[in-house]
Amino acid sequence: MKTFAELGFPGRLIAVEGLDGSGKSTQIYLLKRWLELQGLKVFFSEWNSSALVKNATSKGKKQELLSPNTFSLIHATDFADRYERQLVPLLRAGYLVLCDRYIFTAFGRDTVRGCPPEWVRGLYDFAAMPDLVFFFKASLEVSLQRILEGRPQLKYFEAGMDLHLSTDPYESFRIFQGRILEEYLAMSTEFNFLVIDANGPIEAQQTIVRDLVAARVELKNYKLHRPLPQT
Amino acid sequence: MKRSRPAQIGAGQRHIPVPKPKARQFYGHGVPGMDLSKLGGKLIVVEGADGSGRSTQIARLVSWLEGCGHATVQVGLKRSTLVSEELDHAKAGNILSRTTFSLFYATDFADQLENIILPGLRAGMMVLADRYIYTLMVRDLVRGMDIAWLKNLYGIALVPDVVFYLDVPPEDLVERNFAKNQSLDFWESGMDLGLSRDMFDSFLKYQTLVAATFKELQATYGFTIVDGHRSPDDINNELRKRIASVLAGK
Repeated sequence: MKTFAELGFPGRLIAVEGLDGSGKSTQIYLLKRWLELQGLKVFFSEWNSSALVKNATSKGKKQELLSPNTFSLIHATDFADRYERQLVPLLRAGYLVLCDRYIFTAFGRDTVRGCPPEWVRGLYDFAAMPDLVFFFKASLEVSLQRILEGRPQLKYFEAGMDLHLSTDPYESFRIFQGRILEEYLAMSTEFNFLVIDANGPIEAQQTIVRDLVAARVELKNYKLHRPLPQT
Repeated sequence: MKRSRPAQIGAGQRHIPVPKPKARQFYGHGVPGMDLSKLGGKLIVVEGADGSGRSTQIARLVSWLEGCGHATVQVGLKRSTLVSEELDHAKAGNILSRTTFSLFYATDFADQLENIILPGLRAGMMVLADRYIYTLMVRDLVRGMDIAWLKNLYGIALVPDVVFYLDVPPEDLVERNFAKNQSLDFWESGMDLGLSRDMFDSFLKYQTLVAATFKELQATYGFTIVDGHRSPDDINNELRKRIASVLAGK
């Protein structure tokens, strides 16, 4: 599978992956600010956010209607909608597109839920590979602590309760996240993840992220034609 | 004119034979954690264009099967609790691109498979499907999507006990669609394909393409192609005979 650069797109796609609580959203936000403030064409897209599909997804989650197959398919639908109507046009238009989670999230989660990896990968094979993938590798304990401290009420699917790993949501969440982490680690080499030690300070991680982006993306090619007004 | 009534195969019997089971399989990985040996009943699929007489035939099959003492349940496209509403919105606005549409319909199918079809079979019922994965595949194939991708996607589906394809020439379909809806449907005319700006012309071209694609899939999926250019009674008779042999485990 090819990256957007290899396919001749003028834009570049940078994705972040990692467990809940790995700090990836903070890091991609800081990356976005850095790029924006340089007057570059930046767009941010989040997993599970297509307006139309979201309605069905949240209904499915709230009412606990989802099975491994429908969970996988509804997220693939959401991704396809954003991919075809948002990501591809932006990349054609020469944007730096930042994605909080990409197809690897589905590869990991759906596999842990019992869908065969070949099937899940087949579903997503219309999607090109990101030009850069940062994987925020936090130890399981650190991620769990961050999530469980901040938001003690775990949602059904988030905790992997549908897998019947444990009747205790916290215990279930631990086991579920542990399995996802294993999937991420197994994908790391195959998909050239840039592994960032997410146990360290925010600033240290962001320095590495910015250095890697500057080294691998010709940033001067992504200037806005009309600079944004100073605020 | 004297119309012949279909033969009452099995109807009115007091001793109701239990359908003979047959080994089941999914096209691909199926549904994780599903034990196929627990499924009884039969899965009967009727495929065909709008206006091919699917619903008439299914309604008759239902009363025949019930008369014979079999419990039935019906499924169709776009009827899932999970996404049917959102799919309607999307269709009305013509805002989704191809892959998205395809995956959305697959989600709808998967939801009904797991919540209606499989539970129905587990309870030993006759499940009548008003279209199945084949219509979904054909729609996408005529729009240029990859067959390998579609086969992988629908690896979740259970192989039915029998699949009928009601083959009706496009010229007949036009008349039946006008009679039923007073107009041709945007999607059933394949207007999104740009085959012609003239709707009638586009309808004929699109339905011809669809029929040809169904026949291509026939080799892989073994549909029973039913000549739909006949009276509803004659067609129903043919369906009943075939279903009777399915019930006998053939």
